[in-house]
Amino acid sequence: MAFLDINHLQKSFGELRVVKDFILGIEKGEFVSFLGPSGCGKTTVLRMVAGFETPTSGAIRIDGQDVTGLPANRRKIGMVFQAYALFPNLTVADNIGFGLKVAGEGKADIARRVAEMLELIGLPQLGGRYPFQLSGGQQQRVALARALAPRPQVLLLDEPLSALDAKIRVSLREEIRRIQQDLGITTIFVTHDQEEALSISDRIVVMHQGVADQVGAPFDIYNRPATRFVAEFVGTLNLVDADVVEAVSGRVRLGDVPVALNRPLSARAGERISLALRPETVALGRAEGHDVILSGRIADVHFLGSVIRIRVAVGDQLLSLDTFNQPDRPPPAVGAAVEVSICDRDLLVLAA
Amino acid sequence: MTGKRLWSLLAVALGGLYFLLPLAGMVDFSMRMKRGEYSFEAYRIVLTDPQFQHTFLYSVGLALLTIVIGILIVVPTAYFVRLKLPGLRPVIEFITLLPLVIPPIVIVFGYIRIYNTSSILPLTGSWWGTNILLLFGYATLALPYMYRSVDTGLRTIDIGSLTEAAQSLGAGWARILTVVILPNVFVSVMSGAFLTFAIVIGEYVFAALLNVNSFGPYMVWMGGNRAYEPSALAVVAFAITWACMGLMQLFTRFSKFSTARR
Amino acid sequence: MTTSAVSLPAALRPRQLLNWVGVAPFFLFATLFLILPTLNIVVGAFRNPQGQVTLENLGKLFSPSIRAAFWISIELSLLTAVLGCLFGFLIAAAITLGELPRWLRNGIITFSGVASNFAGVPLAFAFIATLGRLGFVTMLLRNWFGINLYGSGFNIVSFLGLALTYLYFQIPLMVLIITPALEGLRREWREAAESLGASGLQYWRMVALPVLWPSLLGTLALLFANAFGAVATAIALTGSSLSIAPIVLFAQIRGDVLNDPHLGYAIAFGMILLTAIANAIYIFLRMRAERWVK
Repeated sequence: MAFLDINHLQKSFGELRVVKDFILGIEKGEFVSFLGPSGCGKTTVLRMVAGFETPTSGAIRIDGQDVTGLPANRRKIGMVFQAYALFPNLTVADNIGFGLKVAGEGKADIARRVAEMLELIGLPQLGGRYPFQLSGGQQQRVALARALAPRPQVLLLDEPLSALDAKIRVSLREEIRRIQQDLGITTIFVTHDQEEALSISDRIVVMHQGVADQVGAPFDIYNRPATRFVAEFVGTLNLVDADVVEAVSGRVRLGDVPVALNRPLSARAGERISLALRPETVALGRAEGHDVILSGRIADVHFLGSVIRIRVAVGDQLLSLDTFNQPDRPPPAVGAAVEVSICDRDLLVLAA
Repeated sequence: MTGKRLWSLLAVALGGLYFLLPLAGMVDFSMRMKRGEYSFEAYRIVLTDPQFQHTFLYSVGLALLTIVIGILIVVPTAYFVRLKLPGLRPVIEFITLLPLVIPPIVIVFGYIRIYNTSSILPLTGSWWGTNILLLFGYATLALPYMYRSVDTGLRTIDIGSLTEAAQSLGAGWARILTVVILPNVFVSVMSGAFLTFAIVIGEYVFAALLNVNSFGPYMVWMGGNRAYEPSALAVVAFAITWACMGLMQLFTRFSKFSTARR
Repeated sequence: MTTSAVSLPAALRPRQLLNWVGVAPFFLFATLFLILPTLNIVVGAFRNPQGQVTLENLGKLFSPSIRAAFWISIELSLLTAVLGCLFGFLIAAAITLGELPRWLRNGIITFSGVASNFAGVPLAFAFIATLGRLGFVTMLLRNWFGINLYGSGFNIVSFLGLALTYLYFQIPLMVLIITPALEGLRREWREAAESLGASGLQYWRMVALPVLWPSLLGTLALLFANAFGAVATAIALTGSSLSIAPIVLFAQIRGDVLNDPHLGYAIAFGMILLTAIANAIYIFLRMRAERWVK
């Protein structure tokens, strides 16, 4: 059994079913992100693990112990909130020491642990400050230290970065990952930001309408999305219509161009299906190994810095593609006739 | 979970008992004038009493005039402080809070000493003078509430841009204040006005010590000389307070609606 | 270049003058009807009838009857302030944290707005009608439960009766002030404390009460001043049979107890002093409260 075992968890608020049959096992020391849009149930699952919500049915076990009926203050769980939630009347040091003081530890032990935690978050000189004297990023570090100080079994992070500025968001997420790996603490990280989830997780749970659509490593989630929702929510995606020519071996037609997918399709011949394609797998011009060649016209060009995103009109469909910026090669002009090439292996067939 | 709810309900129920019993007592007592039956006799006597009609209308007039004076003093002040003289804010705020600190009876005592018949400004010597003194005294009592609500109202609108827009269209200061600013803070002015009305209508100490025969002294006189009529008066006063607070809430709700639309 | 540098202040001056003209009525009003009258009292308290500076008037405050009046006033104000805070807090806590329906909360807030302004003469009448000799509750207790309220020594015209009456505006005032403070306690603070292992009691002792403490003490001071300055309720309820400081002053001004206007000054000064101290505490604690929660 996994270290943190969530078994057939359900939660309803009145008529509304927010979490439907959620199953997940998290290994000790693993960093798992719950990714999804707001209202998908990710925060509700987290709050049930923390003990702030009571599941309608199902069970939560930590290290083999059933904690489903245990109140939040006996679960040994560290929690970091979106809006920091530092106690305004206590100094940074007292905030970090709160959990230890409540547990009845001695003054010297508390002081030692607080110093250690301040060191860990890189703010050793700020112990005497009050929360309102800190920046958002500092406050969230202190909140992290406060959650970790009593040595919890599990660390829960509820969108800890969404109240912060873009730059601090990136540096703090790297720091969270570093600290998590240093301490080897089992962590659940809730976010609606796919880049955040992809960059720091061991595994991602993509949630949609109260259900885990897909659970997997970031690489798999991105490159082999299991459902249409996952494909659309994580990263950018081209959706192209194709007509099925023959289902068993997976032959289709993109406009007039025949493509062999070499996978059995559930649709029947003559039906129209959607295929998905990441922009970075589409090449401008003919590329090596790309056996499907389409011709079209440049519809628009977005210069994003290191990447140039170009949209090409192919027949009646628009195809986005990403190329790297190269200083000596300016992007093509809008309206120019171009060829684009793709590799049939990169075409994703999505379940509805 | 349910325990918390139970305790809360208990607290609210006990509080409700304490707060509703005097209201019930007041209503009950006011209707027991005729032996052995409930009647509106006390109300009939009070409402047809010429003294009641006179003093009540007199107090209504005082309240309305107080509101006008309050608006004339507070709106320009709050406006200029917010827009042009922010440095004065602490001073003004301190002054507007003083009437909460200094007991009203002390203020009126000061009036009597300063504006008596042997002073430079013998306001207490004439009917007009006394009433002017009373009006400004009431404006003083209402100052903290009036200033607060107008200032809150000004905070929610961008008076700087409104003023500049009006100026660029050629409006002068008086016009800006009356046509642009006042309508925009109308809701907050009204909530301050209703509170002022509720304070002034039954006020006793100022009126009694300045020898003005308004509704407050009339009520006390009734209290000393009658049994059932005072309760009827209390019911009337309570109804007026409710009406003022109700209208205040209504206006506040209206303001939320109008800002949401904007 | 030079012309514009010279003409700029000249153009500014009338406009700044206009700003001051805008606030001039306020200062004139405040001076004439608030500051001068108060100063007159304060100065008068330190002068004898011949206009010489003296402490004699203040000395009279310590005569047994005046001292007793102040003492009763302080006791009454303190008692109703403390009880008003306590009960007001319980009701505010019930409607903010007690998972009660929203309409009940809104109804209680509106009622508190009414009741906190329902002070003065009518309030006294309501209590006489309720707990007077023939009052509603008095009769109810006698007829239904066989309890003789007045036989057991209760009288509405007493310290206790006055305290009961004052609470009718003290408690709602507390509810009005402390409800926003309680709503300012963030749910995450409680949850953070819980996840760190704190019990409900520990959360209240270590976080919620310390956060609320300045507001609580501050409101206490405000309620104290509120009760201390209340005259109309006391006069309508007790006539002049209960000698509290404002009633003594009222009688002095009315000339009922005509002897010495400078004693009146001294009493008024004593009242200002006490309410000023109460409010100074209030302002000080308010500032401390705002130091934590920006």
